[in-house]
Amino acid sequence: MSSLLETRGLRVTFGGTAAVRGTALTVEKGETHCLVGESGCGKSVTALAIMGLLAKGGRREADVLSFAGQDIRNLSEREMSRLRGDRMAMIFQEPMTSLNPAYTVGSQMTEVLRRHRNATRAQAVDRAAELLGRVGITAPGLRLGQYPHQLSGGLRQRVMIAMALMCDPELLIADEPTTALDVTVQAQILRLLVGLQKDLGLGILLITHDLGIVARIADRVSVMYAGEVVESAPTAELFAAPQHPYTRGLLSCVPVPGKVRRDEKLGSIPGVVPRIPPGFVGCAFRDRCAQAHAACTGTIPRREAAPGHEVLCTLPPGWAGKAAA
Amino acid sequence: MSAPAIEVRGLRRVFNVRQGLFAAPRQVLAVDDVSFAVPAGSVLGVVGESGCGKSTLARLILGLLPPSAGDVLVDGKRLADMDRRARARLIQPVFQDPFSSLNPRRRVGDIVAMPLVAQGDVDRRETERRVAEALERVGLSAEQGTRYPSQLSGGQRQRVAIARALVLRPRIVVCDEPTSALDVSVQAQILNLLAELRTDLGLTYLFISHNLAVVEHVASEVAVMYLGRIVERNESEALFREPRHPYTRALLASVLTPEPGLGVPDVGLGDIMPDPANIPPGCRFHPRCPQAFDRCPREAPRTTLIPGGFVECHLADAAG
Repeated sequence: MSSLLETRGLRVTFGGTAAVRGTALTVEKGETHCLVGESGCGKSVTALAIMGLLAKGGRREADVLSFAGQDIRNLSEREMSRLRGDRMAMIFQEPMTSLNPAYTVGSQMTEVLRRHRNATRAQAVDRAAELLGRVGITAPGLRLGQYPHQLSGGLRQRVMIAMALMCDPELLIADEPTTALDVTVQAQILRLLVGLQKDLGLGILLITHDLGIVARIADRVSVMYAGEVVESAPTAELFAAPQHPYTRGLLSCVPVPGKVRRDEKLGSIPGVVPRIPPGFVGCAFRDRCAQAHAACTGTIPRREAAPGHEVLCTLPPGWAGKAAA
Repeated sequence: MSAPAIEVRGLRRVFNVRQGLFAAPRQVLAVDDVSFAVPAGSVLGVVGESGCGKSTLARLILGLLPPSAGDVLVDGKRLADMDRRARARLIQPVFQDPFSSLNPRRRVGDIVAMPLVAQGDVDRRETERRVAEALERVGLSAEQGTRYPSQLSGGQRQRVAIARALVLRPRIVVCDEPTSALDVSVQAQILNLLAELRTDLGLTYLFISHNLAVVEHVASEVAVMYLGRIVERNESEALFREPRHPYTRALLASVLTPEPGLGVPDVGLGDIMPDPANIPPGCRFHPRCPQAFDRCPREAPRTTLIPGGFVECHLADAAG
């Protein structure tokens, strides 16, 4: 059976910058795949490229880009917009900028259904109210008549999620959906997403910079660096046996209550993410990597460290374990 | 124990907010009767959700806002009695967003020199020397001092903000979400730098953050704020090991540590959001509290002393 979403060799360039360089990702039905990395690593561009929403000047190429078995590389804008909001939906970080401040919650939510499903106004309103209830909003009738600025950040994000679910999508792409929220609200929203996924069998591609979120909700993780997936593995495997020096560096940067002692130095990665020109060869992390050696300027092999655990690195799988022993 | 570097007594700040052209102004109680002391050389972490008054508290302590009531004492002297220059020599800020807190039209060296220039009595050579020293302290090169903020990365900009805060050799630095706008790898660099500076220069920090894992890492004591009040304060280690207030417990439960398999916890707070313009009667946390009982909406809890700190909760009061 084909994956819900599959990309191979996804490339995006903006003028002289290669923003995404050959990304391979798969999302299965009912699976949460987290794409993690620092700002500027190409996570959001990857999502936008999949949705066909790249800003002007962005060029997309791919060896494979398919959704539910259908090749979506050469779909027209019209065909893409028929998919978007219907079978594949997206939610963004800042719900205030992705909701239209001039329209009520109700009119924005019903538009989706009326446009894609030719539903009547009454049907659409019923569906919107049902979904607002589903995402834990009390008094949905009242909320439908309100404008986005009348809602708190957590409520707005719930509205965004409800709106994304209007047409029963199969794939939900969530780009940093809780980054602008308080931790307490973040936990509530993530619980909601996990619950919805179980009930609806959604495939979720979740983009985040937060390894805590990844650990708690992902089935599979891909770590992105400078436009490439440098490591991809089932979640438990990635946290138990991270292979790529970048993944290991990221993990060591996070203070963990009860694990890292107070005033103990946190691990850190020197330097910043470089800008990669098209045609760049070798490992993009080599200038920041303590393990870098001559082979890192050549073509980097994609190795399998364990079943389903791929690493883009010249170091042999298990190097880290051996180094520690 | 050494004398407190910062002492705050009965601090209160009320804002008058107009919600419409003809609406009567409403009062927002942003900071309500806050008192604490921070011993020299230690770090007080302040945590809470957005709107809990933690940034207002920072601005009151920096003297950027006058309090409606109460006093801030720095080194035993009332902040209100000092002029701006004297205040700046004692206490300096580092803000969240290094993109908006640095003047984009000035070179880094000039930005860092500004507090010295504002003092008015430091000559140019001394200024240059102190700027170079501050840049070096935070790990920036002299060459980077000649650049503009837009030519630096987020982490480098935050280093500039820290250098600017250090150039007057203050005793106290108020850090308001200093790493929230930064990536984890850069956050780690900045936290390491702040820790190093504190030990080397004997600084005292007031460290405000919504990230409890970060606060646990840097703070010696933690104050938990909810709708303008400190509802629990304790030594960091004790607070994280044994949180007493249901709100503190909910905050701790919300922290998603990178440990797979644990899932997302149910924090049990419901979906009522705190509104500082409309503070509930009795215990202000009761509408969201999973353990609220009949006494909570009627009566404000007293301050109950616990080993190392205090908590404001009827449950702790009854238990104690």
